Amino acid sequence: MTDTRQLAYIAAQAADARVNVELETEGMTLNIGPQHPATHGTLRIIVRLDGERVVAAEPVMGYMHRGYEKLAEVRTYPQVTTLVNRIDWLGSFANEVPFILAAERLMEVEAPPRARWIRTALFELSRIANVVLFLGDMGVQLGAVTPVFFAFRDREFVLNQIEAVTGGRFHPNFDRIGGLKDDLPKGWIEETRSVLGRIRTFCDEMEDLVAGNEIFEARTRNIGVIPADVGLAYGLSGANIRASGVDWDLRRDGDMGLAHGELDWKVWTHPDGDSFARYWVRLQEVREACTIVEQCLDGLPSGPVMAKVPRIIKVPAGEAYVETENPLGVMGYYIVSKGDLVPYRVKIRSASFNNVSITPWLLEGVYVPDVISILASLYFILGDIDR
Amino acid sequence: MGLVENGKLPKPLTALLNVSRKYSLWVYQWGLACCAIEMGAAFASPRYDVMRLGVIPFPASPRQADLVVVSGTVTDKMAPAVKRLYEQMPDPKYVISMGSCANCGGPYWDSYSVTKGVDQIIPVDVYVPGCPPRPEALLEGIVLLQERIRSEDMGERWNGDPIVVS
Repeated sequence: MTDTRQLAYIAAQAADARVNVELETEGMTLNIGPQHPATHGTLRIIVRLDGERVVAAEPVMGYMHRGYEKLAEVRTYPQVTTLVNRIDWLGSFANEVPFILAAERLMEVEAPPRARWIRTALFELSRIANVVLFLGDMGVQLGAVTPVFFAFRDREFVLNQIEAVTGGRFHPNFDRIGGLKDDLPKGWIEETRSVLGRIRTFCDEMEDLVAGNEIFEARTRNIGVIPADVGLAYGLSGANIRASGVDWDLRRDGDMGLAHGELDWKVWTHPDGDSFARYWVRLQEVREACTIVEQCLDGLPSGPVMAKVPRIIKVPAGEAYVETENPLGVMGYYIVSKGDLVPYRVKIRSASFNNVSITPWLLEGVYVPDVISILASLYFILGDIDR
Repeated sequence: MGLVENGKLPKPLTALLNVSRKYSLWVYQWGLACCAIEMGAAFASPRYDVMRLGVIPFPASPRQADLVVVSGTVTDKMAPAVKRLYEQMPDPKYVISMGSCANCGGPYWDSYSVTKGVDQIIPVDVYVPGCPPRPEALLEGIVLLQERIRSEDMGERWNGDPIVVS
């Protein structure tokens, strides 16, 4: 190359570089939360933006950390259920079940069949109470306020039924080691049937109003796609992984000790793995939960609801791990007992913690408005993340 | 509004101002934990419908709010944010502490990470006990607060005892 050509080449390169520097936009750090209408409470996400695109996202947890695992070490076994009710506060009864099952396994007590069936019915009712709110809330996150009014309206009826049995709208604290505190009240079964009818109508409404909405589809289809292998690698569970096409449900595949195995129901999956699929799978799961509750009411066995358990509960030394398919995903309790009134150690595996752990991977490269819709569709509850 | 804050406004004007303040409380929803859902049921559900009391639950920021409902567990990590948002609210401002956790720590009274009562950080006007309180209890707290606002003398504003819903 001659000198002039070399000089021209260098000059051109320099001009290019200058243009690049001039056009380059400065990145921006956006802080979503801790108090934000769209974060289901107090999750904080720090996103690094390049224009409208997210370059990196980092969830900051711990704003709702209440130290359950430490507190459980100074509570007796019946007292622990009061605490663990408040982990996933939308479907409280479902939180008690795995803990009680683990304690029962250690004590080698088995609940009578009637107690198991009522547990199953309440377990699924709390799933309905939980997911119904998601179905409405997803609309709010995308700017449609009406669905959440529908959700709160119909959720009240489910809460009424839970309250009629347990005495608590939110935190039943009804499960006991060896069975349940009480039997069902009179007339409850018929009332529950009519409530299930309402919930089915609600599901149809949501399918029309939200899932069938053009704007909703535009904002959720092909947004936040989780391939099955990535989802499994991050430990997703529940409807999040079933929406990626993984046919895995502990109610069917696991040994939960509830009555699900004796009932006829279906596990729904969706091949897409996007936000819409997660909404759709949850919608079907509410319908399926209605079927399960209905079958529980039909086939409810008679008999006592409490096994013979000593008045003061001392759990023999040993270790037990029980996990169940809770409304948000797999929830498990690992209990280490030294034969005391209180557990020596309780490790809680909650679903939401793993479900949000995928956010740094999932939010990379999406647009800012999609951050909200993806987070909404992942559906976590803050108490369930931080415990 | 210096006259208002000093309580030096003529009585009829104060009464008029108080009535209008009472029926246009903009409430900032501070959903923290379980109580947030009961608060949502009180504010957003057709069954309880807080708007019939003249309370508007949709300010987008604390800078537009007159009332904040702190509903749920305040942890030590959250406490600075609670204080900061409270300070962003314009005067006159009111605080409802909803639920046992916000009142005194509730079931986490011996936890290492929970602030035992939001009143350690910000002044509270109404305590609503319960774990979580029913939506009716929150509405009762709001009605009691409205009654207090109606006969409020701004000069004496900070001297009264807080209301406890029972």
